[in-house]
Amino acid sequence: MIKHKLALAVAATILTATAYGQSARDYISIVGSSTVYPFTTAVAEQFGKANANFKTPKVESTGTGGGFKLFCGGVGVQHPDISNASRAIKKSEIETCAKNGVTEIVEINIGFDGIVLASSKKNKPMPLTIKDLWLALAKEVPDPATGKLVMNNFKTWKDINAALPANKIEVLGPPPTSGTRDAFVELVMDHGCKEFPAIKDLEKADEKKAKATCQTIREDGVFIEAGENDNLIVNKLVANPNALGIFGYSFLEENLDKIQGETINGVAPSFETIADGKYPVSRPLFVYAKKAHVGVIPGIKEFIAEFTSEKAMGDEGYLARKGLIPLPNAKRKQVAMDANALKVMAP
Amino acid sequence: MNKPATGSATPPPSRNIKAIVHQNLARRRAAERRFRGYGLVAITLGLAFVVLMFGNIISKGLPAFWQTYIQVPITFDSTVLDPQGARDPQALANADYATLVRAGMRQLFPHVEGRLPLRALGGLISSDAAYELQRRIQDQPELLGSTQEVWLLASAAVDTFFKGNIDRTLPEAERPIKDNQIEWLDKLKTSGKIEKQFNAVLFQSGDSREPEQAGIRGALMGSFFTLLVTFLLSFPIGVATAVYLEEFAPKNRWTDIIEVNINNLAAVPSIVFGLLGLAVFINFFGLPRSAPLVGGLVLSLMTLPVIIIAGRAALTSVPPSIREAALGMGASKLQMVGHHVLPLAMPGMLTGSIIGMARALGESAPLLMIGMVAFIVDVPKNFLDPATVLPVQIYLWSDLPERAFVERTSAAIMVLLAFMILMNGLAILLRKRFERRW
Repeated sequence: MIKHKLALAVAATILTATAYGQSARDYISIVGSSTVYPFTTAVAEQFGKANANFKTPKVESTGTGGGFKLFCGGVGVQHPDISNASRAIKKSEIETCAKNGVTEIVEINIGFDGIVLASSKKNKPMPLTIKDLWLALAKEVPDPATGKLVMNNFKTWKDINAALPANKIEVLGPPPTSGTRDAFVELVMDHGCKEFPAIKDLEKADEKKAKATCQTIREDGVFIEAGENDNLIVNKLVANPNALGIFGYSFLEENLDKIQGETINGVAPSFETIADGKYPVSRPLFVYAKKAHVGVIPGIKEFIAEFTSEKAMGDEGYLARKGLIPLPNAKRKQVAMDANALKVMAP
Repeated sequence: MNKPATGSATPPPSRNIKAIVHQNLARRRAAERRFRGYGLVAITLGLAFVVLMFGNIISKGLPAFWQTYIQVPITFDSTVLDPQGARDPQALANADYATLVRAGMRQLFPHVEGRLPLRALGGLISSDAAYELQRRIQDQPELLGSTQEVWLLASAAVDTFFKGNIDRTLPEAERPIKDNQIEWLDKLKTSGKIEKQFNAVLFQSGDSREPEQAGIRGALMGSFFTLLVTFLLSFPIGVATAVYLEEFAPKNRWTDIIEVNINNLAAVPSIVFGLLGLAVFINFFGLPRSAPLVGGLVLSLMTLPVIIIAGRAALTSVPPSIREAALGMGASKLQMVGHHVLPLAMPGMLTGSIIGMARALGESAPLLMIGMVAFIVDVPKNFLDPATVLPVQIYLWSDLPERAFVERTSAAIMVLLAFMILMNGLAILLRKRFERRW
């Protein structure tokens, strides 16, 4: 008897849940990048605290690509309203969105994130250039004598550039699934290789091969994939003074007593140099909102207003304290205006 | 027949064996000593790692159970909070409480001037302080107009500094606490206006991006709802399956196939169940994402095989004589199982279930797929509210840049471990109390 009742209760719960899942959701659902997660969650919390009549939004950390997959799944309460991204939305993703009926997307550039190369404070600072970094990390590099592509055999930084110390090359970085890795490849590897005439020639002959040569990171143990957890990389740097680590600027800022950011092309990573664009390895961060959900899910407009307000995104806003590099003043005003007007992206 | 012949050639057999035994004795004893030695080394090594792990977690996590508070004189100024004098609750809720906190801090340090030093002064107090004052006024509107000494939550940087995790000899640019802030904190310390109190926030609130306001209440409730669903589903189904397979089902090729599959399922990586849950429960049935109901459904798929296997083992350990006696007394097969076999097997089944539940409690991978790896501030109140669970909370906190989350991560691990020990202890207790040996 008891078991019958139990089974009935379970069945009833599932049925009501199904009905519930299809009818209403009274909180904003956000998915996407783990890099943007620390910032969006801060805004979500403030929004929930300041607005007693709205629930606090739910923020899932799914990665940029995974986020767009969910976001572009369609229009309706079972699909998320907002997606975080550590890169701009791809053309293919816009097409997927459109195919599923998600045509009106509001793009908000919330600020910048610097990608730093850091090492333990016990190590002397190394003035790196993007060219050095490419030579250290590419799988194939042009032979200095002949200019032909050979397997990368550089073992120490001195081999690459006589001005650098004779330390073993050892770089801890994120795995290919990470948005930070994508940005590193795009900002460092792609630019570094363009400084070699051999690659330029190759580009004219075989564009695809040139791109692959630029972007392929060596697999002989010099570049170590250290997983998605940046705190782990920081700890490994402290334990191994020779190693360099690649991660977001906020982790450098929190651990300035243990690690230092290396200068790249003569510019040290700092709040100011990333904000004014002097530091070469920085990327824009985005938040995408579904216009069709505004008015259906309560609070989306107000949430966007909170996100783009000066007290969040501004020079001294709470996001800056969390490590987000704010946009320049004029650009920020423009972004806030467009976002609050729910200006949709050109299809 | 030829015994005398050999006997004459060698010494008498009794002395011979004794000599051989004697000869080997030292070697055999040495081998035994060596084996014991290996065993001891293995156990010591294992224990050393456990001690190292627990020591590391506890030494990091223990400070998180205390939190730094600063005593600030707060004047609940009615000209700020209630300019109309109407005592309208809505107006009172929306009033500017941050001004009160700032005024209180200025009263403590009247000589601080200038925008930046004032900002630094305000930075000593958590951003939750204003909401704390708002809650107090909502609970006790009669406070309006009075001046109270209020213990306010200090900011995470102050807390980390006060716990000695920030080196004050570092250059100013490298620490989150600046020189003037250290000076103020030292003054507060000598006047006894700063102290560590039990960290109730950790157990009372949901997640937060400010370390000092972050708590595990949301994750604990999420774990509770998820495990409740898991238990309600997997225990009855698991027990029924075990009883049917063991007592009623004919032994043929089909039951063999089922048995192989159940054993196989027990070894499937948990992420696979997450993918299944996403495809079936969320995409097909349209259940909401991030809900403990879906989490419980997925985890019960995962624990079912464990419970079935443990249940069958418990049933087989009930001696056949009990069954035969019951049948001999004229009981039907159902009565035999229901009145005799099942009660005797129940302690073993419960033990297996509890161990399966403990495993479900520590699981995070399958929940990633169904949206439970999420930042959720509001504490879930039912099976459909968005929720997260304890292991996921640990994972999320470990990935945040703020230093103060390190100790909270370890504290959350300690709570999780405590529940694990509790559940496994309960399983042992049940076995000890109720198990019958034949």
